[in-house]
Amino acid sequence: MTLPVDLSTTLGNAWFPAPIFTASGCASSGKELAQFVPLKEIGAVVTKSVMSKPRHGRPTPRMAETPSGMLNSIGLQGPGIDSFLANDVPWLLEQKARVIVSIAGETIEEYSTLARKLRSVSGISAVEVNISCPNVENRGLVFACDPDASRRVIDGVRKTIGGDLPIIAKLSPDVTDLPSIARGVVDAGADALALINTVLGMVINLDTMRPHLGGKTGGLSGPAIRPVAVRAIYQVHAALPKVPILGMGGVSSGRDALELILAGASGVSVGTASFGNPSALMKIQNELRDLLQARGFATLQQAVGFAHREENA
Amino acid sequence: MVGALMTTINRNAVQQQVTVVGNKRVGAYHQILLNVGDVVKSCRPGNFVAIAVGGDSSRMILRRAFAISRVSESSQYGGTMELIVAPHGSGSKWLCSQVEGSEIDIVAPLGTAFGIPTEPINALLIGGGYGSAPLFGLADVLKSRGCKVDMLLGASVGSKIYAPMEGKRSVNSLKIYTEDGSMGETGRVTESLLDIVSQRQIDVIYSCGPMAMLSAITKLVEGTDVIHQCAVEESMACGIGICMTCVLPVTNEDGSTSMLRSCIDGPVMDGAHVRWDLVGKVPEVNQ
Repeated sequence: MTLPVDLSTTLGNAWFPAPIFTASGCASSGKELAQFVPLKEIGAVVTKSVMSKPRHGRPTPRMAETPSGMLNSIGLQGPGIDSFLANDVPWLLEQKARVIVSIAGETIEEYSTLARKLRSVSGISAVEVNISCPNVENRGLVFACDPDASRRVIDGVRKTIGGDLPIIAKLSPDVTDLPSIARGVVDAGADALALINTVLGMVINLDTMRPHLGGKTGGLSGPAIRPVAVRAIYQVHAALPKVPILGMGGVSSGRDALELILAGASGVSVGTASFGNPSALMKIQNELRDLLQARGFATLQQAVGFAHREENA
Repeated sequence: MVGALMTTINRNAVQQQVTVVGNKRVGAYHQILLNVGDVVKSCRPGNFVAIAVGGDSSRMILRRAFAISRVSESSQYGGTMELIVAPHGSGSKWLCSQVEGSEIDIVAPLGTAFGIPTEPINALLIGGGYGSAPLFGLADVLKSRGCKVDMLLGASVGSKIYAPMEGKRSVNSLKIYTEDGSMGETGRVTESLLDIVSQRQIDVIYSCGPMAMLSAITKLVEGTDVIHQCAVEESMACGIGICMTCVLPVTNEDGSTSMLRSCIDGPVMDGAHVRWDLVGKVPEVNQ
C-alpha cells in the first residue's frame, strides 16, 4: 500500500495544502471559475493584478489566437484596490480559498500605496508584486526589465508592508540576464519569485495590414511559451536554489506542471489553460498527484528542482 | 451582495462531453444538432455555448462561442441543442466537419438571455447573416406568450440567409433583404425600419448580427419608445468571464462608462446602453 503523495508546499512563510494555483489575470477574482473548480481544493487563487484606481484597460481587439497560444492585450482593467478589497477578498475567504493578492502600479510609489492598503487586510496568504505586465503604455515602465527599478519597487513594498506577509515578485522572461534581476529583487526583500509573465508579441492582420491588437503588442501565453518558462525557472533555481518559485507558462496538464516543478518550481500557476478548459486546475492537480506517485515521490517537495541533481544521483 | 454574485456568474453552466447527432448543410451554413441531455432545461434564447475545437492534439487552444439556435426535448435523443455554424475560420470548419457520432466538449449555457415580456407585445426580430440563428428559438417562446412576431433577415447574398421552413411557422411575417438582391428585397434590414416599427406598432426589437447592424438599429430607434435588445458579437477567449478580452463600453446608471464582458454581461444587452461610438476605443476616465 502506498501513502497518498503529500502535495503541500510553501512560498516564503505561507503554507498551501496543494501546489496548483490560478495565474494572476487568468481567473479574475475567482467567482467566474467557482462553478467549475472547488476553489478551496487548489493551492490558492492568485487574483488579477489590481491597481490603486479603477481602470478601463486597453481598447479591443484584445485577443489573438496563435499556434498553441494566444496574445492578450488587456492593460490591467480592474476595479481598483478599494473595491477589490471590499468585495473580492471577503468573498474568496468566505469560500475558504487561500488568496494571493497581485498588485500592479505605474510608479514605485503606487506599489507602496497598494502595499499600505494590504497591510491591514487579514486572511491573505501572500502578495504578488507584478512588475512585469507587458501591456502598459510605456515599455519603459516594465519595471522587471530594469534591475534597478525592480529592486526599488520591491524595496518600497517590503518597507511598507512589514515583515510577515510573503512577497512574490513576478518577473518577465523578456530580459537578457534573468538570474541577476531575480537576485536583485530577492536582496530587496522578495521571499519568492513568480516566473514567468507573458512574452511580448505581435500579430499583424492581413485584412487591415496593421497590428491586430488595439494595443498593438500583447503578451503571448499558452503551451507555445512553456519551454521559455521551463528554461527561466531552471536558470533561476540554479542561481538561487533556496528561493521558492511559483512557476507558470503554458501549463495545461499534470505532465507540464511536473516539468516546471522538476525545473525548480515549488508551486505552479495555471492561466490560459483555464480559458480553453474551465476545469483545468483540478484536472492538472489530479494528474500531477498521479505522476508524482508513479515516480515514487512521497512528497511534492522531493520533486522540486529534481532536474538539477548531480549526474549519478 | 456577495452571495448574490456567487449565484449569478455562470450559475447554470456545465462542462460536458456530448454527441453530434446531426450535421447538415443549409445554404452557406451547417445545422449541427447535439445531444446535450438535461442542459436544455436551463438554456434560454440568447444564451451561447463554448466548444473546444480541433481535438486533443490541436494547436487551437481556445473554445469557440456559438449562439444556441434552439433547444428541444426530442423523444429520440432526449435534450438536443441546435447550432447554426458558418465554416469560416479553422475552429468553425473543424466543427462543421464533425460527423454524426462524434464527441465534443461543450460548456453551456453561457451568457445573458433575451428578456421575455410577461404581456403579449408586438416584437420585431432582426437577424443579420447567421445572426438569425437564435431568433427562431426566441420566436417560438414569444409566440407561446401570445406576442405578435415579425422578422427581418438580411445578408450580403441569398445563400447567407438562414431561414428554415420550420422556423417560418413561428413568425407572423418574414421579410428578407440581400445586398446583391439575390433573395428578397435589395438592401439592408435597416432600409425601412422606422416605417415598419410605426406601422406594426412594435414594442421591442430583438436583434442578432454584425455589430454595425446592431449599432445602426440602435441609432434608428433612438428617441422612440422601442426597446432594443441586441445580442452582441465580440471575440472572446474563454466565454466564462475570466479573460477580459470581449469587453464593450456600456453606460452605467450614473452616466459613466464601464468596459463590460460580453460573455457574462452579454451577449444580450440593451442597445441603448452600449456606447457604440466607443467600441474599439477606451472610454474617458472620470475620476
